[in-house]
Amino acid sequence: MAATSEPILEVRDLVKHFALTQGILVRRQIGAIKAVDGVSFDLRPGETLGIVGESGCGKSTLAKLLMALERPTSGSVKINGRDMAKARGRELKSMRRNVQMVMQDPYTSLNPRMTVGDIIGEPYEIHPEVAPKGMRRRKVQDLLELVGLNPDHINRYPHQFSGGQRQRIGIARGLALQPQIIICDEPVSALDVSIQAQVINLLERLQNELNLAYIFIAHDLSVVRHISDRVAVMYLGKLVELGGDVEIYDRPSHPYTQALLSAVPVPNPDGRERRERIILQGDPPSPANPPTGCRFRTRCWKAQDICAEQEPPLEVRPATDHRVACHFAEVHDVVQAH
Amino acid sequence: MSETTPAMPVTATAAVGSPPPPLAPETKPGYVEKPASLWSDAWYDLRRRPLFIMSSILIAVLVVMALFPSLFTSINPMDATTCQLSTARQPPSAAHWFGKDNLGCDVYARTIYGARISIIVGITTTIVTAMVGGLLGLIAGFAGGATDSVMSRVTEIFFAIPSILGALLILAVFRTGNVWTVMLALAVLAWPMTFRIMRAAVITAKSQDYVVAARALGAGSGRLMFRHILPNAVTPVIVVATINLGMFISAEAALSFLGVGIQSPDISWGVMISDARPRFLEAAGPLLFPAAFLSVTVLAFIMLGDAVRDALDPKLR
Repeated sequence: MAATSEPILEVRDLVKHFALTQGILVRRQIGAIKAVDGVSFDLRPGETLGIVGESGCGKSTLAKLLMALERPTSGSVKINGRDMAKARGRELKSMRRNVQMVMQDPYTSLNPRMTVGDIIGEPYEIHPEVAPKGMRRRKVQDLLELVGLNPDHINRYPHQFSGGQRQRIGIARGLALQPQIIICDEPVSALDVSIQAQVINLLERLQNELNLAYIFIAHDLSVVRHISDRVAVMYLGKLVELGGDVEIYDRPSHPYTQALLSAVPVPNPDGRERRERIILQGDPPSPANPPTGCRFRTRCWKAQDICAEQEPPLEVRPATDHRVACHFAEVHDVVQAH
Repeated sequence: MSETTPAMPVTATAAVGSPPPPLAPETKPGYVEKPASLWSDAWYDLRRRPLFIMSSILIAVLVVMALFPSLFTSINPMDATTCQLSTARQPPSAAHWFGKDNLGCDVYARTIYGARISIIVGITTTIVTAMVGGLLGLIAGFAGGATDSVMSRVTEIFFAIPSILGALLILAVFRTGNVWTVMLALAVLAWPMTFRIMRAAVITAKSQDYVVAARALGAGSGRLMFRHILPNAVTPVIVVATINLGMFISAEAALSFLGVGIQSPDISWGVMISDARPRFLEAAGPLLFPAAFLSVTVLAFIMLGDAVRDALDPKLR
């Protein structure tokens, strides 16, 4: 699926710091939460980039930045060569047609006072140039059918649907403007496992039919592996490893990735016996005051003096075949159960 | 296929792994899907509450009384010839159910005619405060930042004024107490409460995911405010408004009783209570009958507010 064509999304040195202020009358900045701190990657048409990392590593902030729901402190988000991070007003509105999102919680992401038809039809009201008024109802019904819902349910309200069906409604809303990129921020983590598979399969089918590119943010590593062409691993606001799904899952090179993968539950008892468990010590440091040099060094078993002094750039290292941000990167297959 | 619910047998089980399954929508001829909104659910729920039924019947009777008082009594108390000073403080009788007051006027007819001003003041003041406070609260909560700070501080100034004292002050400025000045005085002092409730509800609704989703679609401030936030934030304002309605009616009576509200010969329950007070020990009827009507009316509106609040809150259902 990974096409070699021009990237449709280019993210360069994206930074988002949230100011920490103190004082009641005179507010002064006493620091900043470095939620996203220098992230760069490309996304090609029809490709899926999975982003994994533990809670608080900046995944959701990254999604908000890509949707222009937050303004970056610095850096650029280029869609088809135009910088969305700097666009305003009418230009930004037209660029939003290209990027849409599927939200995490299907119970809060649909307005409870609107019918399904109004929810999915709203994109056409905001962007009337996409569909003439007379065709909108038909289009909404087509979308319902596309995501596997009954088109006759157009007048129902969200609370009359189950979680999986609601998530399909959210997906239909995201598809209404025919975007090239869909950002999925934990789209299945609020669903039952049986429904997760249905929604993931729906997303894959839509990708094939509509040539969509996905940014798929999740903390469930097996779901990410299933759907992604490439995977980025995030730790404390930075990408620590970026590569194809096979490269990341079978030849992880960053100690953090190895530790993450070693925590994935293995269903096969045989593999469970042979696999190695890497237990990380301590908690992730505060993003308001990250460690010098490599951010992972405080919990890394390979840490040396150089890790505190120099920050390892994200690049292809001699011992690996993909980009890793570690001075001592080496392939180490944690999960040998194949 | 745990998604299947009895109401929707078709959609849920659609297997979506492979190419799109041919969906055969379940279309029974003549079967029209009924939209069930939170409002229609609330209405369904309300109709089954004795509290709601009782209070609505009471309010309906009172509204008819306010609109067509002549349906309830043949005596027109505005006509001074119906009063006979010689029969002052007559006890209740078959001809004059509630007896006669200090000036020999029929208390029953006056109580019926007094409903009009009380209900007008209650309903109008409620609508005005809900609109003004609601709109300003929506703007402050949505805009946030400096706009919100300035508006909230101004509101707090109004909050600092004790309400009866403030109304006395405002009415003293106008010198004449009539329906309009009473409503103005009450509205000026009451809107900050609606403002605060609306602002808090808007701040909660503003950060909801569906508002974020609408922003991601490119929706402008007007659409976000009136299509997404307002419908989801208006419930507490409606509930407080119904409860306030009863309070406005009693506040009007209090102001009239203090002599700064409605003035004779206009009739309101407050005026009647005030007029009857000096001779209360000799004849209690002229004070107690309008007071009882006042209490029942206020109670009816507060009960309605309670019932509406319970029906609109799904957690209490």
